[in-house]
Amino acid sequence: MLEKALTGDRRYWSWIAVLSVIIGVGGWFYLRQLHVGLGITGMSRDVSWGFYIAQFTFLVGVAASAVMVVLPYYLHDVKVFGKLTILGELLAIASVTMCLLFIVVDLGQPQRMLNIVLHPTPHSILFWDMVVLNGYLILNVVISRTSLLAERRGEAPPTWIKPVIYLSIVWAVSIHTVTAFIYAGLAARPFWLTAILAPRFLASAFSSGPALLILLCLILRRFTRFDAGDEAISKIAVIVTYAMAINVFFILMEIFTAFYSDIPEHVEHFRYLFVGLDGHTRLVPWMWASVILAVFSLVLLINPRTRHGRTTLPLACIAVFASIWIDKGLGMVVTGFVPNPLGEVTEYWPTLAEGLITLGIYAIGALMVTGFYHIALAERGELGT
Amino acid sequence: MTVDRRAFFKLAGLAVAAVELPVLGAARAHVDPPEEQPLKGRRWAMVVDLAACHRYPGCTRCMDACRREHNVPSIPDRKHEVKWIWEDSFGHAFPAQGSPYLDSELAGKPVLLLCNHCDNPPCVRVCPTQATWKREDGVVMMDWHRCIGCRYCIAACPYGSRSFNWVDPRPYIKTLNPDFPTRTKGVVEKCNLCEERLAEGRIPACVEACPAGALHFGDLADPESPVRQLLESRFAVRRKPGLGTQPQVYYLV
Repeated sequence: MLEKALTGDRRYWSWIAVLSVIIGVGGWFYLRQLHVGLGITGMSRDVSWGFYIAQFTFLVGVAASAVMVVLPYYLHDVKVFGKLTILGELLAIASVTMCLLFIVVDLGQPQRMLNIVLHPTPHSILFWDMVVLNGYLILNVVISRTSLLAERRGEAPPTWIKPVIYLSIVWAVSIHTVTAFIYAGLAARPFWLTAILAPRFLASAFSSGPALLILLCLILRRFTRFDAGDEAISKIAVIVTYAMAINVFFILMEIFTAFYSDIPEHVEHFRYLFVGLDGHTRLVPWMWASVILAVFSLVLLINPRTRHGRTTLPLACIAVFASIWIDKGLGMVVTGFVPNPLGEVTEYWPTLAEGLITLGIYAIGALMVTGFYHIALAERGELGT
Repeated sequence: MTVDRRAFFKLAGLAVAAVELPVLGAARAHVDPPEEQPLKGRRWAMVVDLAACHRYPGCTRCMDACRREHNVPSIPDRKHEVKWIWEDSFGHAFPAQGSPYLDSELAGKPVLLLCNHCDNPPCVRVCPTQATWKREDGVVMMDWHRCIGCRYCIAACPYGSRSFNWVDPRPYIKTLNPDFPTRTKGVVEKCNLCEERLAEGRIPACVEACPAGALHFGDLADPESPVRQLLESRFAVRRKPGLGTQPQVYYLV
């Protein structure tokens, strides 16, 4: 099956070449990081997690979002999602792989990472995150492989795969819940110490992930013979709309609790995000961009005409994805450290090396999605325009 | 270039003497000669007498002693600093405590900060490899050979007491103590309450070095211990007690 990834047209190979160059550059900078240490990044004694962990958190959401096509198809018999489940599962595989890579590049001593397995520690949430992420990876590899093989033989998928798929639905929720628990259980960081963090993560995941899936479907429609169908795409658009509305609602809940209670250590973090703290305003323009994109996307999504529009829907999806990327991939992690537990402000911004390593990992994810979708479409004879 | 045996040994002897002399000097400064019997306790704790400490403005003896004892690097870049015991303002040490009209005895004066060796340490709870753990006598330990450098413990510590080695610390060690390990890049470290000295029957280096008698070390489980008596007779505060971590560094104010 995998050999199908090795045949493609010129455009396919050019795209692979571009990605390979980006991966190569990222890899070279990672070697530098291994040599110099994590001091090569913008992280510091005060802001000790940065871009890598933030991307990891964001991508766990993208990985979990596969469930938004799998669940309606298997539990509610939404037939139009039949062609899409495999795309969701393959996207999940690429996303979880990126998550794991982001954790590895964030480790100070990556050659010791098996210590997590050699000294299993049930009271550490990071241990459970390792368990659920790897479990989710295996589940999606098994499910997508089994269904593709069955399709190739022209048979219905074997019956034993059904319970595995049901398990993957629950599992998808678990990966983002456990990832939220990494943050939400820390007394030291009032910004994260909120019970709504896991629900918020899930809402932002179930809007940004399906938004990406819509964009991928539109790209596939343009460059291949695969067509997800208008009905399927508009159904996903409805999911994105509800999830994004709930996400924004949850953020407003946080802001109310922080500002109405007016407890300094809760307010200060939000102040840093939206107006700046002690003259430090690095994230402020980004956060307002995120707010504007969120409002813009909701306007487009809630109005049925623009939700189904050929140009307005992709615009709305890009806005959702960008808004949540800023919120989770930039603001959420860093702001937990600003101000630090002693009330001092140290700002963070990724360095060039850090940015290129990050880009390299995204390119690995893009390469996986490209290869996987290529295989899936080749199996179905839907390649080519 | 040729160097004969005699000249070589002369040079080598001089080099050894140059390295050894400061160490010998430090050894002579010990108040108590090292005892072989390890110090045993059930709940080690530290009591910091701020007023006593402030009688020696600008004094850095405790911090210097710790730096020498544990090969703590002096990294100039604030972002990559490694701190075991250091000083900060009262407002930073005790956020949300004090008042705008804080006694000038305290306002603007430094407070010594170090690992609190919490009874309920959040860093230990979150560590995915048990590279940090609490000993039965209360010392929160670090295994620098097991730590994978995930920095979850740094995120979990409410006191900023943990440092990560963002770069190789060895070039930044001023005087190398060959009896204590140096660390590699990519691991977390912090105050170890001089567990290596306790094992040799010696009190922590900072306590020993303090000229003001501002640092008291002892076993809180022992009702007769001086630290216990101090806490029973004088008002002491702890950093962020509301978080339930049960810090075991007490401040007499």
